Amino acid sequence: MSSELKGWKQIAPAGVCSKSSSSFLTGDWKTYTPIRDLEKCTRCLTCVIFCPDGAIRWIPEKKDIAFDMNFCKGCGICANECPTKAIKMKLE
Amino acid sequence: MTAQEWKFNSKDIANKPELFLSGHRACAGCAPATVLRLVMKATRGPTIVTEATGCMEVVSSIYPYTSWATPWLHTAFETAAANASGIEAALKILKKKGRISQEHVDVIAIAGDGGTFDIGFQALSGAVERGHDFLFLLYDNEAYMNTGIQRSGGTPHGAATTTSPAGRAIPGKLEYKKPLADIMVAHNMEYVATASPYYWKDLITKVRKGLEVEGPAFLHVFAPCPRGWRSNPAKSIEYSKLAVETCIFPVWEAVNGEYSLSIPSKVLSLAPQRKKPVSEYLKGQGRFRHLFRPENKKLLEEIQNITDKRWQKLLKKCNLP
Amino acid sequence: MLSKVDQKMMALAGDQAVAYAAKQSDVDVVAAYPITPQTIIVEKFSEYVANGEVETEFVCTESEHSAMTASLAASVTGARAFTATASAGLALMHEMLFVTSGCRAPVVMAIANRALSAPLNIHGDHSDSMAQRDSGWIQMYAENSQEAYDSIIQAFKIGENTNVLLPVMVGLDGFTLSHTLENVQTFSDELVHEFIGPRKIPDVLTHEAKKSPFKLDPKNPMTMGPIALQNYYFEFKRQQEEAMKNAIEIIKDVNNKFADLSGRKYGNGLVEDYKLDDAEIAAICLGSTAGTMKTVVDELRATGTKVGLLRIRTFRPFPSEDIISALKNVKAVAVMDKSMSFGGNGGPAYHEVRHVLYDLPSKPFVVNYIYGLGGRDTSPVQLKTIYVDLQQILKTQTVKEPIKYLGLRE
Repeated sequence: MSSELKGWKQIAPAGVCSKSSSSFLTGDWKTYTPIRDLEKCTRCLTCVIFCPDGAIRWIPEKKDIAFDMNFCKGCGICANECPTKAIKMKLE
Repeated sequence: MTAQEWKFNSKDIANKPELFLSGHRACAGCAPATVLRLVMKATRGPTIVTEATGCMEVVSSIYPYTSWATPWLHTAFETAAANASGIEAALKILKKKGRISQEHVDVIAIAGDGGTFDIGFQALSGAVERGHDFLFLLYDNEAYMNTGIQRSGGTPHGAATTTSPAGRAIPGKLEYKKPLADIMVAHNMEYVATASPYYWKDLITKVRKGLEVEGPAFLHVFAPCPRGWRSNPAKSIEYSKLAVETCIFPVWEAVNGEYSLSIPSKVLSLAPQRKKPVSEYLKGQGRFRHLFRPENKKLLEEIQNITDKRWQKLLKKCNLP
Repeated sequence: MLSKVDQKMMALAGDQAVAYAAKQSDVDVVAAYPITPQTIIVEKFSEYVANGEVETEFVCTESEHSAMTASLAASVTGARAFTATASAGLALMHEMLFVTSGCRAPVVMAIANRALSAPLNIHGDHSDSMAQRDSGWIQMYAENSQEAYDSIIQAFKIGENTNVLLPVMVGLDGFTLSHTLENVQTFSDELVHEFIGPRKIPDVLTHEAKKSPFKLDPKNPMTMGPIALQNYYFEFKRQQEEAMKNAIEIIKDVNNKFADLSGRKYGNGLVEDYKLDDAEIAAICLGSTAGTMKTVVDELRATGTKVGLLRIRTFRPFPSEDIISALKNVKAVAVMDKSMSFGGNGGPAYHEVRHVLYDLPSKPFVVNYIYGLGGRDTSPVQLKTIYVDLQQILKTQTVKEPIKYLGLRE
């Protein structure tokens, strides 16, 4: 979070937010990190669907998914729901 | 292309832009966050979202950060449906007066069980009676989670919350879960449905169907909370599946009052042997842990009984044996 | 002062005048709930809607709380919103009044001032709107139905001013004004439209780093009403105070512009002084009582007593400078309150007047008269006793009873 706080003359009225939360990184919340077995992964995108933080994305050009560790909170839903058990949660 | 015609797979959904952005402060394993991501993927065009005070509102709008890529308004706890009423009325008249473009804008009111079952009920009932064109989306984590897990009208029988703790004299909440979706059907709504995030295709289709209704639509989505339920965060989506498989939270639709089971619950009506006992769902959750003590055996049986009764009632409404 | 425009005289009760003013003000959304003595406002408006006389979306909400919420939500979607209430309805809106001013939504609301329960009372006093003086709304009190009509029209112009962006409540005394027929000079629809002008929405910087009109619009997404923690909430409140400060000049300006058209002025827009120039003793009051007090002043003046009256028209923002200057020659002042602040050593107007006079090198005596609660009628004879008491205070240079209850049976 930015440590430079603005004064009342500088901020928009009515609390209109000035920053997207995509600049607020929550990746340091995690204790466990998802590790994916590339062989077992069938690219079904179940993990992409279920991630509460949208931290797993489908990259069409790469025909593969990517984990964004800046936002992954290590909840383990992806590992739990993966139909081929391709994801394991490892203690960081 | 209507909801019925829209065929989509996980890639189609993954390719749609995220409108509920990462960087929100929901707990790890928060199913309501998954629900909101999926609901926003189901939108079909210009959308305005309004939310009641609650977990999803607070985690997504901590000034100066916002997780909303759509216009978004929060005013108070009981006001999701009243906000939607005002927004919808404004859009209607401004279009009529030619002050804004004639493009259709979907209005979605989002609230937790607090802002829907209890304090938000009046505004919801009023907005529905007046026929405003909006979708009311309830994400039900079965307690006032944001303020510290206090009981709500949506908290199920036997659950321990901070205002209905499992103590020596009273074993958790004695009252029963308010049959809210049925109450909304009784408002003569064109579309009322229940959904569970594990069955994400069903959820997304129902959101679309709700948006398509020209008038009010209501969608009750089950959304496990690992913090409040004291359950494993990794299993939040699994619990949303178990809730359906045990018939604790059946998924169905009521179109103009005519009930029909959605496939995940329909299979259980056709093959009742596949129905799981409620204990499978209850056992991993800290809020139900006291039920597994010998002195609470009767309570556990009661929960199975009321679940069975409610299931039978629902089957009847769906004209199923 | 002569009117520059054609006006039509209509026989209207206060509520009807308010409804008519709202009708003419090109209001987009009216979300309201009925409550005595405001009911005629919503009923009249419903008639206009049913007859196709207005292009307004009329939402009959299920409570006043939702009425205020829907008005606020409509306003931040870009619509011009109007509503009305009284008494318990205003009390029920309490939470949302703060949200409305916090969201800087320029909603205009008529208040048919009525007593608060318990016990239940449907008649006029100022307890409802006085209890909301901290809510961040501009507050005005009309002396007669003409002023109620005029003030509603002015309220849109004041509230929507981009240096203000605050909601405005216009009070008219329950039954005394709301239900009593009066000759009201009215304008043409076109003139009202022209006077108020279309709603100007200022630009704000959003999270997409764009400057966009401050409203809910899918083309320019913005987040309104977030949670602001300890590190930011204070700054937003300071912004509201600045808006209140800006409102002072704008209210005066709108009052002048309105006078240019109509020939009618309400003092300087904030306060109206009546025969104060050489008055040694004066009373201060709000609302319709001022009308009766002016008659009392005239009668006393006819007997040679130098008395005057100051009517506070705008209570929020509180016109400190104007009150100080109006009372500069006055030696004893009676502040009349049609509401109470229990346990607070007098009524709200009394508190605020004494407060602004405190730092003066030479202060007048300031006393308080609580009167008219629950619609208790106060006769000119009773009102005259205020000036008699003030004369006694001047003569003896002491105040025996700083707070008196006029018309109360002991």
